[in-house]
Amino acid sequence: MNTSVRRGSNNDSRATLNKAHHVSRNLIALFSVFAPLSIVTVGGGQGIIAEVQRQVVDVHHWMTHAQFLSDFAIARLAPGPGSLLATLIGWQVGGFGGALVATLALFGPTAFLMCGVVHVWNRHEGARWLNALQAGLRPVATGLILAAVYVLMKQLDGGWIAWLTAAIATLLVMATRINALVLIAGGAGSFVVLHFAGLL
Amino acid sequence: MANGIHGTSGTNGREVLEPAPGREAIGQGGGPAPVKVTALGLFLVFSRIGLTSFGGGLSGWFLREFVHDRQWLSEDEFLNGLALSQALPGVNIKNLAIWIGYRLLGWRGALAGFCGIIFPPAIVIVLLGAFFSAIAYLPLTHIALAGAAAGAIGLSAAMAITAARRLPRRLFSYFMLIATFAAVALFRASLVWTVLIAGALSVGYEYVRSPRQQ
Repeated sequence: MNTSVRRGSNNDSRATLNKAHHVSRNLIALFSVFAPLSIVTVGGGQGIIAEVQRQVVDVHHWMTHAQFLSDFAIARLAPGPGSLLATLIGWQVGGFGGALVATLALFGPTAFLMCGVVHVWNRHEGARWLNALQAGLRPVATGLILAAVYVLMKQLDGGWIAWLTAAIATLLVMATRINALVLIAGGAGSFVVLHFAGLL
Repeated sequence: MANGIHGTSGTNGREVLEPAPGREAIGQGGGPAPVKVTALGLFLVFSRIGLTSFGGGLSGWFLREFVHDRQWLSEDEFLNGLALSQALPGVNIKNLAIWIGYRLLGWRGALAGFCGIIFPPAIVIVLLGAFFSAIAYLPLTHIALAGAAAGAIGLSAAMAITAARRLPRRLFSYFMLIATFAAVALFRASLVWTVLIAGALSVGYEYVRSPRQQ
């Protein structure tokens, strides 16, 4: 009996070790996904969505397209920066540690950069390189947001109805001062209604 | 704008904010009394904005809170910080929080801004995610979230269209826009390389071009 107990605990500790190894590998992978993206994020963080989707779904197989879209919706639904999508993904991949690693990897490195730049900002205000930086990054940032829209639209469930909903939502945002929460809840509500009407 | 940063930068022990440069012209008589800004106070203000701003538009809330309501910053200072936050890499709202925090309280303010705008909303999003995965077995959850995603894509699409319309009306800008889109969306190229190459080309072009304008 003694031996069997010992063997059991041995197996347990090996399993724990394997699990720990697996967890730390996931944490490293999370860090290596989000830390490089931190540096290339320009604007509101929407530009990196296409790449996050590629890494999380296609490269690492952490979740399905549908799960990723759900996370995207939750991130837009939640208050605060939309790029906290990283936190949500990190939490699903690696629990609390994963959430912490993904968040710090995405937000941390450029925070130091920002602190450094604030130091020199005043002396260079209106400088040629600063204006060039602003004007030059804008088309790139815009192209990235467009790419995110394209990639997400392609994976949207619901066919033409989903496309129509997204198009109407776009028009509403551009033409009215609609509250974002109302917009997203409206999308969810209309899908539920259409589902009961037998269209979805 | 005057060099407003010398007053607060590096003086970590300082609790009392000097009058913002933009307000010096108004004079001490009509201006608001000097405000006591603490790191904890800043953290709480940023947390509150982070937790109540649904659907983005956080910079608008910053403007209202720090410039119009509390008058801790002048509008000019704020807009300069906004431009810088957008031009530099990193999620711009986080950059702006650091910028405002640093401006008001030095390093401790920057830390308070960063933590306040990131961590409380991060906890909320994890709770929301847990809530939705708890009801994931309901088929309706999936349908509702797909609908929510369709609405959320509308937000991104509108932002892309607005940004595209505000681009400088130059062939090269539009070319960079299309090239970036094609690389990332159609060819699924690595984002890091796309931004480094397209960014360097685009910024380089603007830099070379700028003196010819004047």
